[in-house]
Amino acid sequence: MRLDTTATPEALEALNRQLGLDQPPPVRYARWLAGLARGDLGHSVAYDTPVAELIAERLQVTLPLALVAMAFTTLAALALGVYAAARHRRLGDAGVMALSQLGMAVPNFWFAILLILVFAVKLQWFPAGGFAGWDDGAVPALRSLLLPAVALAAVQAAILARVTRSAVLEVMREDFVRTARAHGLTQRAVLWRHVLRNALVPVLTVMGLQFANLITGAIVVEKVFALPGLGLLVFQAIANRDLLVVQDVVMLFAAAVIAINFAVDLLLAALDPRLKAAHR
Amino acid sequence: MRRHPSFVAGGVLVALWLTAVLVSLAWTPYPPAEIDIPNKLLLPSAAHWLGTDSLGRDIASLLLAGARTSLLVGVAAVGLGALSGTALGLLAAARRGWLDELLMRCADFSFAFPALLTALMLAALYGPGVSTAVAAIGLFNLAVFARISRSAAGAVWSRDFVLAARACGRNRLQITRDHVLPNIAAVLIVQATIQFAVAILAEAALSYLGLGVRPPQPSWGRMLNEAQEFMFQAPQLALYPGIAIALSVLGLNLLGDGLRDLLDPRLARER
Repeated sequence: MRLDTTATPEALEALNRQLGLDQPPPVRYARWLAGLARGDLGHSVAYDTPVAELIAERLQVTLPLALVAMAFTTLAALALGVYAAARHRRLGDAGVMALSQLGMAVPNFWFAILLILVFAVKLQWFPAGGFAGWDDGAVPALRSLLLPAVALAAVQAAILARVTRSAVLEVMREDFVRTARAHGLTQRAVLWRHVLRNALVPVLTVMGLQFANLITGAIVVEKVFALPGLGLLVFQAIANRDLLVVQDVVMLFAAAVIAINFAVDLLLAALDPRLKAAHR
Repeated sequence: MRRHPSFVAGGVLVALWLTAVLVSLAWTPYPPAEIDIPNKLLLPSAAHWLGTDSLGRDIASLLLAGARTSLLVGVAAVGLGALSGTALGLLAAARRGWLDELLMRCADFSFAFPALLTALMLAALYGPGVSTAVAAIGLFNLAVFARISRSAAGAVWSRDFVLAARACGRNRLQITRDHVLPNIAAVLIVQATIQFAVAILAEAALSYLGLGVRPPQPSWGRMLNEAQEFMFQAPQLALYPGIAIALSVLGLNLLGDGLRDLLDPRLARER
């Protein structure tokens, strides 16, 4: 802190003025909004650094974590969903559905703890927490992000696999699928080339909606693995009563959610021209 | 009943969870907050069925009492969100116009703030605690129920029998009460069951992060937080609370799916 218990009232007042705390809350809020519009996120009281710098530093952990988790989610969900649809009403389908029901019920932080128990405590293949940093190259950094990304992806994939399965089942009932099969294409070729592309619209929509969960999941998982990302920054800021940092990070997350959903809408229109026509 | 296995399985799990809550009100093997350092980190035995934690507290008692916390937070948060959200959704559907637009845009806006982000903001402002958790989860539920009841009620308002009721001179309030609400009740009940599962997960996550219920009130999420510190000495501690959370959430999700099939066969999804 900047002042100790022996500070004079004058020093206190000077600091209040310097930090803008002598202004009424609406003025301070308006200043913060005006700063946001100029790209100025303000100054952290506890770290005595611009908040933008803090966020940029922590993004080096959170952004790759979210990207790797998103990649895992997509791969696992598409593979499991298409597999289940192809084995509709058979054992494989029931297995995938049971697995996804289970995946939706398991809290991501508990799954993360279980992963640590098995792969860090028992097998010692991966670090139990912390971040190796990017200075020694990508391998150690990605190694410390692998378990967190798996923990984050598991729940998301459980939901997305269900959506993929029902979307694929829906498309498989269409006439053009029968036509493609009649043309002599194999089941597999029809599935991956024709069905999946058409099934992507609901899948992408849900992926956009899931992004909010991915972000909040990242906050929790960072805490489990003690990863110095944005999530951990927020917790430190809450402990330090560094309100501006919390405010900025929360706004950043919310803005990211809106931006991603907007991007998904654009992508959907590009993927399926019928959607664009429907809005006119 | 045999044709609704998920309803039965979910019902059984939820009944187990509710039984745990009821039992914990009358009896727990030990007082859940009782600290007994000499008997810390015990393995399961006849005296302590699931062993003890790092402070010598009885795990079985903590789990039973934790069920109570999850129910309490769930009922408060979902109840708050469902009541106020449904009221706003019904109002938007009945009034239409600018009020409808305004309420729905607000709901859109609040979807960008998941419960955890709201809880972070509230915790930074007012400090963590059970009311922070309830308010954050409740606010999120408010938006969910406002949207669902708005779209379901909108569909009812366009039906012929509503037109007939209007022709008979019933006002909007009477139509909402007598025709719209009974027709969307099934949808709301199913959604409430599923949101309950979401609320339990959120409460556990918030308590794990230290933003939920405060000690000594027991919570499954905080038990996991404490277990993580002793992962090398007593890995079994990290299992029980997680299993309790997963089973109650699984039960509520299955019950919600089953209820949807039972209450609205038209909505039953292809399985």
